[in-house]
Amino acid sequence: MTLPPGDAVTVRGLHKSFGDWPVLWGLDLTVPWGELLVLFGANGVGKTTLLRILSTQAKPDAGSLVVAGFDQRRSPQAVRRRVGVVAHQTFHYDDLTCRENLHYYGRLFGLEDHRARADEVLARLGLDRRADRRVRTLSNGMQKRLSIARAIQHRPRLLLLDEPEAGLDRESLDILRDLLQEWTQSGGSAVMTTHDTELGRSWAHRTGVLDAGKIQFPGLDEYSEGEVASRRPMAASGEPRR
Amino acid sequence: MTDFLRPVGVLVWKDILLELRSRELIVSMLVFGLMLVVVFNFALSVTPQRVTTVAPGILWASFAFAGVLAMSRAFAREREQGGLDGLLLTPVSRDSIFLGKAASIFLFMVLVEAILLPIFAGLMGFSAVSFALLLTILLATAGFALVGALFAAIAVQTKSREILLPVLFFPVVLPVIVGAVEATKLAIGGESVVGIGHWLPLIGAFDAVFLVICPWVFSLVVEE
Repeated sequence: MTLPPGDAVTVRGLHKSFGDWPVLWGLDLTVPWGELLVLFGANGVGKTTLLRILSTQAKPDAGSLVVAGFDQRRSPQAVRRRVGVVAHQTFHYDDLTCRENLHYYGRLFGLEDHRARADEVLARLGLDRRADRRVRTLSNGMQKRLSIARAIQHRPRLLLLDEPEAGLDRESLDILRDLLQEWTQSGGSAVMTTHDTELGRSWAHRTGVLDAGKIQFPGLDEYSEGEVASRRPMAASGEPRR
Repeated sequence: MTDFLRPVGVLVWKDILLELRSRELIVSMLVFGLMLVVVFNFALSVTPQRVTTVAPGILWASFAFAGVLAMSRAFAREREQGGLDGLLLTPVSRDSIFLGKAASIFLFMVLVEAILLPIFAGLMGFSAVSFALLLTILLATAGFALVGALFAAIAVQTKSREILLPVLFFPVVLPVIVGAVEATKLAIGGESVVGIGHWLPLIGAFDAVFLVICPWVFSLVVEE
């Protein structure tokens, strides 16, 4: 894997509001290559928003963002080529087969070897026997596996995973854990959000807690498990939101 | 150029494949279009003397209303499992995405029109074999598809998309409909492309304007 110079993610002074509702303010973040960063935080603190901004799906109000070596605002196309996203939605078409969905995205990413690559990632995620089944016939867990296959298909440098463990059984979780280990060992980076503190702690190289618009490090060690889940989103003033 | 057009082809291929699997769009467009043609035909009791006056309006009402179904479905499919978000995460330009969706709408509309036109001509008693008429249909359908793709992308983000789409679409596309009705009237009356006069250039001019403006507005609409 050829990695761009610098870090996988460098964010300085990120601000994002929805109307007069600030979500992220003054957020700084650096993720070096080869690191899996796991972010915790209560519902509504902006975990998904942060991932959407890093993946160019949302625009920041202020701040500088360099993602996989490229400025998120000036070179969004270059960022998209180097980022793989696993979100709450699968991004698949129910009436296409697993293979057809991957061919579709592979061709949109301009992969010359999209057929071979689709077979490769389907096998990696244990979906080779279901490759020609329509997505609508798959269980939620299998659809999530396909979503992970789609995210890594174009050989991105950075993976952004929003609660990827949701809906996965033990076998699927093991596949994902092994994949992320290989991923980071080969130099790739990943930023993952989760509410599963035990899983997050065991997988992460580093953990952080998103709270009051910023990421607090060293992260989970300063918080009890129950506290992370129960903390209310904070307002820009530092007061808990009502 | 290849980088621009290749994704357009991929999007159209995907939409055709989805339609072949579900067949929901073409069937509903055909049934709706046929119903309109038959109802209008009986309601207005078209005689050979009145065919050039009445037929163009019925024809374009059928095409336009059936077309709205295609437009509405084009982006509803993209919303179901977040397909549009997945599409926006690829390094494909927003212009290519827009043109891909507009091309799919155009293709489905032309297919339905190709089936409806001979039936309609048979019922009304005029010849559908006219280069001027075919050119009018292709140009006007292109205008419909461009405007329709844009407003479908806007409407699909709202809860009342089925209502909003026609409300947005018809006022903007009205010049194309008027031009198409007038050109069709002349074409059915036996005029050649030259005889249709300024109506075809008018439709073409609107198509050109839509081709420039719609992709630009689309790129603003889909960005969060």
